[in-house]
Amino acid sequence: MIKVEVDMSKCQHYGQCVFEAPDIFRLNSDDKLEYTAEADDSERANIEAAIDVCPMQAIRIVE
Amino acid sequence: MNHPVVIVGASMGGLRTAESLRRFGYAGPITIIGEEAHKPYNRPPLSKEVLANEVTHEAVAFEERAATADVNWVLGTRAVSVDQQHNTVTDSTGMVHPYCALVIATGLRPRRLNLPNGDLAGRHALRTLDDAINLRAELTPGADVVIVGGGFIGCEVAATAAKLGCDVTVVHNSAHPMLRPLGTELARQMQLRHEAEGVRFLLNRSVVGLTGETRVREVHIDDGRSIKCDVLIEAVGSHSNTEWLESTSIDLSDGVLVDSAMRAISSSGSVIPNVYAIGDVARFANPIFDNVPRRVEHWNIPTETAKRAAAVIAAQLNADEKFESLIQDQFTPVPSFWSDQYDIHLLAFGSLGLADKVTLVAGDATDECVFEYHRGEDLVGVCGIGMRSVVQSYRAKFI
Ligand SMILES: Cc1cc2nc3c(=O)[nH]c(=O)nc-3n(C[C@H](O)[C@H](O)[C@H](O)COP(=O)(O)OP(=O)(O)OC[C@H]3O[C@@H](n4cnc5c(N)ncnc54)[C@H](O)[C@@H]3O)c2cc1C
Ligand code: SF4
Repeated sequence: MIKVEVDMSKCQHYGQCVFEAPDIFRLNSDDKLEYTAEADDSERANIEAAIDVCPMQAIRIVE
Repeated sequence: MNHPVVIVGASMGGLRTAESLRRFGYAGPITIIGEEAHKPYNRPPLSKEVLANEVTHEAVAFEERAATADVNWVLGTRAVSVDQQHNTVTDSTGMVHPYCALVIATGLRPRRLNLPNGDLAGRHALRTLDDAINLRAELTPGADVVIVGGGFIGCEVAATAAKLGCDVTVVHNSAHPMLRPLGTELARQMQLRHEAEGVRFLLNRSVVGLTGETRVREVHIDDGRSIKCDVLIEAVGSHSNTEWLESTSIDLSDGVLVDSAMRAISSSGSVIPNVYAIGDVARFANPIFDNVPRRVEHWNIPTETAKRAAAVIAAQLNADEKFESLIQDQFTPVPSFWSDQYDIHLLAFGSLGLADKVTLVAGDATDECVFEYHRGEDLVGVCGIGMRSVVQSYRAKFI
């Protein structure tokens, strides 16, 4: 399992991460980011891609 | 076999290339040569948080990944020339770096104003962390700040300086700030938001001279006016960092011309198979729009182009049979852009600057809104304030 952490004081809800890892990140009906904090190891590449595209560099994998 | 990859430019594009090379299975040596002393960091905060707070390199640095722990970083060092005969790069210390693949990721530097009496303290431009730290020290409450150039960076700095209590004037050479990318209606609304925060605009104007003894004290405008100035910030576009490539055969007419596999093209139009360019400095055609090669100064492009180049390089150096089909693949990254000014968060997809028609399609330009950008019949971009899910839904139209 990998633990995902989004620094909500940085996140501006741009939703770029949603395109890269749709099973982990989503925008809710208020256009705010929601995410799943625990992910399967098979999601690592997608989560790293989400980290790469996050304009606020708000996403981290906590090892 | 030892097939070294040399990457020049230690910023986002260079870092993402190294990471992606590992992800695509390239296990050989990687050297990254970078002129700045710092390891790669994120530039967008430079015009925002870094000017407003005591932010250190650590706070804006990209996190390092285990896969790239063995990269050879040569920092605080400039690449000065390339020998295409022997496939080597020489750096400013005289060291020679042999390469099997060379990746050009040297980005841009700010264009500076060429002014009479220009050799004065208090003049700034913003591209690096050190630039931002120097500028921050001068943005004190009450300071008279003049920003030349009302593009995104100029306007972001204006917003940050206004919030810090500076007295801000923006001198811009068209009718509204950010007019060319945004279009009249949205640009005018952004101007009003700035004016409500106390920012003054001198539009369709330019700066023609400066007065001061050791520091700038006054800026002269082309309509004959002079305005008080403690800090002058020049945000008037950029130059490509390609001087170090001048002795090569590469087409350097505007940045580095590359094909859809990010391979450099020579002035005679042939592909140079072991030299690649990525990021702000790379000029490539994007079939989403047309076949005209352009440089794209949007934050997501270094990452997209780095991944593309790395996939091709890894296949090439690993002698992977997929290489031939890989280089034939189309490369169609969707440009994405954002800008934060006060509490306004603009988000855009596509290439707004290509549009000849801009239409409000949702919301209200004084509040949350979405604009479509068309060139003739074709949708070329979308830009919104708020209304994220509407803006997001457009991205699929470009894929
Ligand atoms: C202040 C600021 C704010 C921005 N805000 C936004 C924003 O809000 N949204 C957005 O979408 N984009 C924004 N951008 C644009 C975005 O940051 C760039 O597109 C991105 O940084 C480009 O990355 P790059 O790796 O291609 O080039 P760069 O980041 O420019 O890196 C090039 C590196 O190469 C080095 N170099 C140059 N010549 C040599 C040489 N001869 N030898 C060795 N090293 C060399 C340079 O020192 C530099 O470190 C902003 C840019 C700036 C400057
Ligand atoms: S990409 Fe980053 S800023 Fe955007 S919603 Fe995801 S975490 Fe937030």
